[in-house]
Amino acid sequence: MTFIKPKFRHPDLPKNKLGYTLSYYEGALSTLCAGCGHDSISAAIIQSAFEMNIEPHKLAKLSGIGCSSKTPTYFLGNSHGFNSVHGRMPSVATGANMANKELLYLGVSGDGDTASIGMGQFVHVIRRNLKMIYIVMNNGCYGLTKGQDSATADNGSISKTGIVNQFQAIDLCGLAIELGATFVAQSFSGDKKQLIPLIKAAMAHNGFAFINVISPCVTFNNNKGSTKSYDFVRDHLEATGTFDFVPEMEEITTNYESGERHAIKLHDGSFLQFNKLDSDWDPLDRFSAMKAVHQAREKNEIITGLLYLNQVAMDLHELVSTCDRPLNTLKKEDLCPGNGALATINAGLR
Amino acid sequence: MSDKLKINDFVVRFANVNGTGSASANLLFCKAIFRMGIPVTPKNIFPSNIQGLPTWYEVRVSEKGYLGRRDGIDLMVAVNAQSMEADIKSVRPGGYLLYDSSKKLPDHYRRDDIHFIPIPLMEICNETYTDARLRLLFKNIIYVGALAELMQFDFSVFESLLGDQFKGKEKLIAPNLNALKLGSDFIKANYKSTFDLKVERRDLLKDAIMTDGNSACGLGAIYGGATFAAWYPITPSTSVVEAFMEYADEFREEKETGKRKVAIIQAEDELAAIGMVIGANWNGARAFTATSGPGLSLMNEFLGLAYFAEIPLVLIDVQRTGPSTGMPTRTQQSDILEAAYASHGDTKHILLFPSTPKECFDFTATAFDLSEQLQTPVILMTDLDLGMNDHVSPPFSWDDSKEYQRGKVLDYDDLEEIQRFGRYLDVDNDGITYRTIPGTHPTKGSFFTRGTSRDEYAAYTENSPAYQRNMDRLVKKWITARDYVPSSQLYQNQHSSEYGILFFGTSQYSAEEAMDDLKENHHKIDGLRIKSFPFDQLAIDFLQNHRYIFIVEQNRDAQMKSLIMIELGISSEKLISVLNYDGLPITATNIVHQITHSLERVEKYTTV
Repeated sequence: MTFIKPKFRHPDLPKNKLGYTLSYYEGALSTLCAGCGHDSISAAIIQSAFEMNIEPHKLAKLSGIGCSSKTPTYFLGNSHGFNSVHGRMPSVATGANMANKELLYLGVSGDGDTASIGMGQFVHVIRRNLKMIYIVMNNGCYGLTKGQDSATADNGSISKTGIVNQFQAIDLCGLAIELGATFVAQSFSGDKKQLIPLIKAAMAHNGFAFINVISPCVTFNNNKGSTKSYDFVRDHLEATGTFDFVPEMEEITTNYESGERHAIKLHDGSFLQFNKLDSDWDPLDRFSAMKAVHQAREKNEIITGLLYLNQVAMDLHELVSTCDRPLNTLKKEDLCPGNGALATINAGLR
Repeated sequence: MSDKLKINDFVVRFANVNGTGSASANLLFCKAIFRMGIPVTPKNIFPSNIQGLPTWYEVRVSEKGYLGRRDGIDLMVAVNAQSMEADIKSVRPGGYLLYDSSKKLPDHYRRDDIHFIPIPLMEICNETYTDARLRLLFKNIIYVGALAELMQFDFSVFESLLGDQFKGKEKLIAPNLNALKLGSDFIKANYKSTFDLKVERRDLLKDAIMTDGNSACGLGAIYGGATFAAWYPITPSTSVVEAFMEYADEFREEKETGKRKVAIIQAEDELAAIGMVIGANWNGARAFTATSGPGLSLMNEFLGLAYFAEIPLVLIDVQRTGPSTGMPTRTQQSDILEAAYASHGDTKHILLFPSTPKECFDFTATAFDLSEQLQTPVILMTDLDLGMNDHVSPPFSWDDSKEYQRGKVLDYDDLEEIQRFGRYLDVDNDGITYRTIPGTHPTKGSFFTRGTSRDEYAAYTENSPAYQRNMDRLVKKWITARDYVPSSQLYQNQHSSEYGILFFGTSQYSAEEAMDDLKENHHKIDGLRIKSFPFDQLAIDFLQNHRYIFIVEQNRDAQMKSLIMIELGISSEKLISVLNYDGLPITATNIVHQITHSLERVEKYTTV
């Protein structure tokens, strides 16, 4: 069944700098369950792309397989999309990015797609610091196959059928920081105020930007005893700070009520304004970020916010020293040495 | 003992310990013969090991130009104590054994039917060199000098060869020449018996080159315009990407900036390697990967995606002996069915079968055109023998007027003119649809690439007729592909026999020799070499117009025969397999033996 959204839009809808309305960034109607956290994340992506004035054709959205990986159909309908195979989105994104350094790459994955079948590729895309936004819509279960535990299900979490998970959970943020990811954030699908600036900051980051978003599965993992239910997550959220993303040239108007204030300039000239709540934690210090993650785990808390940021590391293009022109624009004249060069090669092989 | 002079027609086998520098000495011997204008074929028979195990290097010299492996060892150079006993046994009666006589040969190794040529290699080295490494390295050069003397090489060939090899390191030339001379002087002074294997300078090679198929593939990828490669190291394909890297250092540096017009990523595994290649091709760059059997198995799922989502990609499969890890350093043509139908569901992939380094170069470059024109994976089916051994080959050439064939890709202006873009709309009725590259147009041409079923406009659908239409169109595209792929090589203008012999890839060398042998024995057989799958009309006609066809292949299960039966519906009774699957390149003797045996049986049962 194909869902088609009505195309009619009010003529006075606000437009961004490119002249597009928010609806231009929407996709097809979602076919996920009503109340699914993933739809809120899709909405946050749409809002972020609109506010960041992104040319839809200059962004490519990629995903693996699973409920989360279906979502690219539901946002940025005017962008190219690639729904690849289970757990392998990072490799496809790597090749795509290498072919054209001028596009923005937005990868969407789930906890099964990333923490189980795709763990190998997730780990290695971090190592390479591929410039992309990697969002995990994390609900601790396999939705499309009806609710089996995933590798991010917490030890002791109770499934809908009443089974207690005996296995240790993989903490994706902790792992990402450990592996040297250069932008690591965690959020909650129900916290749009935090999620949108995070996605915007990720879009401005020059490297691998990871956002783990706890996104409850209303159908299979929203029961009492589940540590990924709406109620549990709301009760155990612990924000590291409030912050705002301030694009370049825009007047800084955000008011922070209290605490220590930080402004971090991002590589594209925009700013991240922090209002730290936790005095022990410094998002520019990997060790303190690791410590914050471990402490939260000890206390059964879910810390959210931008946990770690490293703007110094080189991205993959810089690491392998590709030319400024995108590789996919190079022509025969740029690439083929021609028959003349073969004379020397042949001579060397006689 | 036969003392008939064998000029430019013999097999020498070197038995060495791997990791001792023997490879370059043996190559020097082989290259010297090449430089004297005589057809020569080296085969490196090496272990899956870095140092300390037996390794052999076999050199066939053939005035007639037969470049396949030949059975029967005329001269064994035995410098490995571990394998010495077996090595001595393997020499043909009347043949020669050159060995290191620094230690006395055990009496039970002795044979009365071969000639022994003792040289105290280690003693000479110990007297001449103090450095342990030099002793080891020059031991090999000394036996090359001895062989050159025995076979009456033109010594000036070594001077020019070493001059080329050590360009920029001229200091090394004199010590090597000295070592050669030590060997040659020893023979002059000490070996007085008969020796009937001689080389004589010829001019049979003209402009031929000597190189390995993997380097040629790497160079072909440069010429074919690849800007991205992702790979995972695996014998015997590793040197494809390594060659690509080396050529990229030379040809892909942007002069003004020093930056590179290429990206090469060593992936975490073969799954990631092909995933990256798919991503890059999807985004409009020419990209490839190289692997061998185990890697191909891992790549199956992604190959299905590329087939179904219609994404170009070039995959170079350097086949080795399977199944599983098999014999990783031995050759085979045993990935044919795996490659042809890789992945679950109904899939078919285009295969190319190169036979020479020149074809490795040409077919790799062509593969990029084919994969973009047909928007599907193209798999180059080479093997360890072609990929890692040096082969005499026609020189590389390139037609500068040829443009890259990028296929049906819509640019900004094309999209401006289109009302509604349908990624999977068969506009031209050839099964090949138009694609767009991300980033082309702000408002037109974007679509969702997916491995799930979709309609002509790339929208997800579970509608049965839409799914089936798409599957049928892919068949139509497959039929179109027949006109694009390289056509078969026929060995005669008109069929002159009711028997045909069909072969492909590295079986070419021995199959051609076998055809000559059979002809001399009054069995005229028509020949055809397949270069690609889907099979072209020439191949179909050949199969249909012969009563019996011998299918030569280097695997146990007659995979090419199966492919022919499945795809062309040719009866198995017409197709007689000639198989070789011991991990070594097939020989003409083997082919002739199997065919003669079959002919006898066929004639026995069919003549009334």
